[in-house]
Amino acid sequence: MTNTLVRIQKEPFSVEETIEAVKSVSKGIGAVVTFLGCGRDFSKGQKITGLEFEHYPGMAEAKLADIRSRALADFDIIEMGIVHRIGEIAIGEEIVLIAVASAHRNDAFMACEWAITELKRVTPIWKRETTTKGEVWVSDTP
Amino acid sequence: MITVRFFAMLKGLAGIEMKEYDLGGMKEIKLSGLKEMIVKDLPGLSEALTGRSILISINQEFAGKDAVVKDNDEVGFLPPFSGG
Repeated sequence: MTNTLVRIQKEPFSVEETIEAVKSVSKGIGAVVTFLGCGRDFSKGQKITGLEFEHYPGMAEAKLADIRSRALADFDIIEMGIVHRIGEIAIGEEIVLIAVASAHRNDAFMACEWAITELKRVTPIWKRETTTKGEVWVSDTP
Repeated sequence: MITVRFFAMLKGLAGIEMKEYDLGGMKEIKLSGLKEMIVKDLPGLSEALTGRSILISINQEFAGKDAVVKDNDEVGFLPPFSGG
């Protein structure tokens, strides 16, 4: 189950399928909260024309699996799915999806917010933006 | 041999993604010693590797600056993350 619910992939993913995978775990689920990160066309006043993500194979997947395990242990939630894309991503395309299922909405909201913040903090994934002035590795994310 | 991996901007500065370092008979080396060895070999990394923003992993787990690297370990030099 973990293999399909937590993954890093080049291909686009289906938000619907991921929600369904998380939701199908239990009939006791009353709420699913999702965070979807997508490619923006601006950063710090610069026009962005393309994005590319790189990861540390093995370590990045392990960190995402660890985030899911800790979320399941620390929040009153039933399931969590995390999908992150790597490689070239066009403006407007999806980058990351976190889907959290719980009996009641508040637990899912809190776990989802925690998970995306933790993902940005501990997961060895890097973004390179192509702007009109060239390519730059992003080193600070809000 | 210690396998060293560079990512994102460090890969650009190093000009390579991965390099193996021979400990010359030693069984382990302090992280600081390994950094010296790398900077000597790849001077383009000098400023970046001495900066505070770079995290280091040993065998894909985060390591403190006083960590010791053993023969056959894999060391990753990780610029600030920007996933999500």
